[in-house]
Amino acid sequence: MISQVFILSSKGDHLIYKDFRGEVEKDSMSTFYEMVSSLSGDQPPVVMSHKGVNFIHIRHAGLYWVVSTKTDPSPFTVVEFLNRLVALIKDYCGSVCEKTVRMNFALIYELLDEMVDYGYIQTTSMDILKNFIQTEPVASKPFSLFDLSNVALFGAETQQSKVAPSAAAARPIMTSHSGEGGKNEIFVDVVERLSVVIGSNGVVMKADVEGEIRVKCYLPSCSEMRIGLNEEFSIGKSQLRGYGAAVRVDECSFHQAVKLDEFDTYRILKICPSQGEQTLMQYQLSDELPCPPPFRLFPTVEKDYGSRLLIFLKLRCDLPPKSAAINVSVTVPVPKGSLSLSQELSSPDQTAELRPKHKTVVWEIPRFPGGAQLSALFKVEVPCLSSASLMEVGPVGMSFELPKHTCTGLQLRFVRLSPNQQGPAHRWVRYVTHSDSYTIRI
Amino acid sequence: MPYFGCEETVKDLKRALSNPNVQADRLRYRNYITRVIRCMTEGVDVSSVFMEMVKASATVDVVQKKLVFLYMVTFAGVKPDMALLAINTLRKDCDNPNPMIRGLALRNMCNLRMPGIIEYIHQPVMNALRDKSSYVRRVAVLGCAKIHSLQPNAEIDGGMVNELYSLLRDPDPVVMVNCLRALEEILHHEGGVVINKPIAHHLINRLKDLDSWSQSEVLTFLLRYRPRNDDELFDILSLIDTFLLSAQPPVMAATLRLFLHLAAAHPTVQADALMRARGPLLAACGAAAREMRFTALCHVQQVLRSQPTAYGSHYKRFFCAFSEPAYVKLRKMEILVELVNDENVALILEELKSYCTDVSTELAQAAIKAIGRIGRTYTEKCLDILTGLLALKQEHITSAVLQTYRDLAWFCPQSTAAVCRAVEGCDDLPQDDEGKQALLWLLGVHGEQISNAPYVLEGFIDGIKMEISSAVKTELLTASLKLFLSRPAEAQDMLGRLLHYCIEEDSDMCVRDRALLYYRLLQCGVNETRKVLLGPKSDPSMTIITGRTEEPVNHWASSFNTLDPLLGAESRAQDVPAEVSDADGEIRINDSDQTFQNGTLREAGDTDGTPDASEEPSLSLSPLVSHDAFEKLWMELKVLHRQCLGVPRPSVSPDTLNSAFQLVKIQILAYSRSDARPWKLYMYSWSGGSVILAELLQDRADEPHRHGNLTLSIKQHPEEREAVEGFVSVVLNVLRTLSSANSN
Repeated sequence: MISQVFILSSKGDHLIYKDFRGEVEKDSMSTFYEMVSSLSGDQPPVVMSHKGVNFIHIRHAGLYWVVSTKTDPSPFTVVEFLNRLVALIKDYCGSVCEKTVRMNFALIYELLDEMVDYGYIQTTSMDILKNFIQTEPVASKPFSLFDLSNVALFGAETQQSKVAPSAAAARPIMTSHSGEGGKNEIFVDVVERLSVVIGSNGVVMKADVEGEIRVKCYLPSCSEMRIGLNEEFSIGKSQLRGYGAAVRVDECSFHQAVKLDEFDTYRILKICPSQGEQTLMQYQLSDELPCPPPFRLFPTVEKDYGSRLLIFLKLRCDLPPKSAAINVSVTVPVPKGSLSLSQELSSPDQTAELRPKHKTVVWEIPRFPGGAQLSALFKVEVPCLSSASLMEVGPVGMSFELPKHTCTGLQLRFVRLSPNQQGPAHRWVRYVTHSDSYTIRI
Repeated sequence: MPYFGCEETVKDLKRALSNPNVQADRLRYRNYITRVIRCMTEGVDVSSVFMEMVKASATVDVVQKKLVFLYMVTFAGVKPDMALLAINTLRKDCDNPNPMIRGLALRNMCNLRMPGIIEYIHQPVMNALRDKSSYVRRVAVLGCAKIHSLQPNAEIDGGMVNELYSLLRDPDPVVMVNCLRALEEILHHEGGVVINKPIAHHLINRLKDLDSWSQSEVLTFLLRYRPRNDDELFDILSLIDTFLLSAQPPVMAATLRLFLHLAAAHPTVQADALMRARGPLLAACGAAAREMRFTALCHVQQVLRSQPTAYGSHYKRFFCAFSEPAYVKLRKMEILVELVNDENVALILEELKSYCTDVSTELAQAAIKAIGRIGRTYTEKCLDILTGLLALKQEHITSAVLQTYRDLAWFCPQSTAAVCRAVEGCDDLPQDDEGKQALLWLLGVHGEQISNAPYVLEGFIDGIKMEISSAVKTELLTASLKLFLSRPAEAQDMLGRLLHYCIEEDSDMCVRDRALLYYRLLQCGVNETRKVLLGPKSDPSMTIITGRTEEPVNHWASSFNTLDPLLGAESRAQDVPAEVSDADGEIRINDSDQTFQNGTLREAGDTDGTPDASEEPSLSLSPLVSHDAFEKLWMELKVLHRQCLGVPRPSVSPDTLNSAFQLVKIQILAYSRSDARPWKLYMYSWSGGSVILAELLQDRADEPHRHGNLTLSIKQHPEEREAVEGFVSVVLNVLRTLSSANSN
């Protein structure tokens, strides 16, 4: 059971403090912050204990979300509860950051009061909570969101009329019932996280995909929705469907509210989504990607005369020509003591920077079209360069975002609301692949 | 955190709240109340506006009401007399037609922690237990627990308890779970809520109506239930089986724990459940939230204790992502070390190698030590990597590599020669204390194999005035003396200088005393010194079996899905040779009573062991005996029984031998290479409370073609003749079976 829940800013300011059982001292927030700040590493461990009180915390949006307890609860439950709290605040306020928490503290207290009683979790369901929560969220409106509204989804293309503005899904859920321009919208997102390790010989050593289908619903009440996946979607190794290239995942699990009676034959998920964000389906695929990994790297590292290190990188994007990767960032570790960097990049919108503290060179590419090949030459000045220092170059890490692309090939055939849904509703389907970890050895 | 000028702020607030103009304007009024709450969160003492807040509670504005209640709950303990003024409003709200208001008022009234409140809240709570709204009933049920906590020593209210037990049948699932929670607290002194058969079955049948939080909580309550017989047990297991594959990690973990607990007497069922939960557990290891990943990783580590091979084929899931925090990466490295097998060792080593140059010193050193751990099995591959790392000439890497060398030379003596060659090639001296100590230890113990040892030591001795750490100085003394024993001509002069400095000039007592001790020891003669300083070493021709035995699931099942696995790692990471210290605790040679008790206890817990035929002696593998503990025990005990077995040594691979003996619950600890003469093999087993240690010896004198005549020597503690006879017959059986299988 939970004794206290509190939220601290990264500087230790008290943002939220709610005591449920009155059994832990009031200064536990300071105790916790002292423990966190006295640790040397940048990441304090998830569970810490002090004089019989266990503190379990998560980091999100730069804040510490902490539960203190005197018992020995299930860590899975507490961590999941804190994550759920963050998600609920995000649903209500649109985004989560120190500012929104400060502005909406009355709302958060109200939420906590309904979610937890005497340290026991009562409910975290949006459907139930929305009947009880009376405080209006105060939306923090970063000026940029409206300016960006003509930039399309994920900032990739400008087709103002056809796609939802990128800020659309980052607004509070509940504004619609206050009548200030809330639209009846429903977003279905297919989000995949890719983690890949490519060996120095170019062989893919590991390729995992963790994917999920999420629904974010702004409709106050929604009738049954039907979502059709690819017909050739198959689970496990043995089962193959359809004649085309199979879309295969290893394992798959569903939200408990999803009805699966048409899943086996037609690959249709049925659900009555509640307001807010839900994960309908999670799936994993290990090692057998249907397509080649999105990026290949051809590096050359050599010692120049004197104390200069030459790193020549040729990076190829193996996506289909129509799609593109955005916000690509390539991190190259360089030897300790690297002093300065001079670079030759192929276009002016790219940047490269040496970060001596992390001993890395970071090469940023805002947009990388499929099929293209970019190259960069880095000359790094390293005072005491030895041949062994070359060992310190690598492995290269990449982070990027692939809008409108799924690595498993999972697609939604349709998203249909039942005909007796009242009022017009806009449906949006979005695909995106994030790099969870993309490592290329040199 | 009080701020400057906060008194002024509080006064301003007080003035504003009592201003009739403000009170008339709903929004302004609420705004001031919000500011009071904000001050309260920041730690300002705003208890002085209590009176004004009590007035503000009488309102129709629900938001304002909630804020005021939050304030009152916080400060009721400080101002109990004023809080009583608010009771009237609260009790009135308890009769409000709107269930939301009723629930809200009741909940907050019960939350007022102050003396004398009980007489006001008892009746409303009892009324609310029968409210027609489930929301109010939920609040009322927990209200019972709150009443109890306000008067912990009062007699338990039997009526209330009965009412709560009957509410377990409430149609609302949360009311039901709250009843369990409340009863658990109220009946805490009597062992908590009673889960009898009807209640248990009722709970299990309703599991699917609950939300995931309640499911995991009910599953935890069910841990208390003991099914009457196996039929009932398997009925229950099949009912909760679907939850094992839940997409919600809390439900999955709670179900798995219940499975492991209920099936404590059925190891195969436990193993099966662990296998089935592998998918969801692996999925949690890749969850988006890194704290969830960490939690899952810690639990995977627990599972690995009993099923070391279960995750072997999924090792790639435990490769570190470069954006992960250090605590996740460290955990993943620990798991990778466990998962190494012949097929994946090359890939895992390559992965670990890429972590060695990480920008974080802590991670780099952990990766190097992980490679060292793997090196106990795959020595050559790891030594190559480690030696390559020395070329980087970075302080923290050099230091970690030297420490790893030391551990390798200690844990697997057969790698000593290679380690010594590598140390010779290392021309970069470590700068930190641990690194220095490791290097000195290697120079002292294996000085005769490292050609430049005297020169390196001399460097240290020349710089001793600059040395601050007394641990390094003590190590230097020992190393110099050991080197003197192995290479007297080269070391005599510098040893003299060192002793002189330490005795005459050093200010540290420990160092001085140690130097004096060595000096006097040398006065007794070199042979005496050698006897004291150079104890028996492990036989370098022996190979240690590194394949760990599988620990019974029941050893750790009780801590599954608790904070224990998450906390444990920090303490475990600190003491490096954890196995040694554990085993020392398990066997105490002089304290036979305790050993006996210990043994019988384990035996009772291990009823799941193979039910052998009656004439078969019951042997068991637990508790584990570490190599060091075995060696120590072997030295101390006398041979109890020696027998020429008259069977040839079966010419099978060590692995086959090992698994054959494990089948009959005998653990092989070490053996010589197959071409070595004499050939030896050491093993142990437990029989009842006594441990049996045995050596299998094939003598040098034997002709190779005869391959014959193994001698078995047995030591036992405490002595028990019958067990020894049984043990001999088991060993004989195994050897005969293996030989005959081999010859066929």
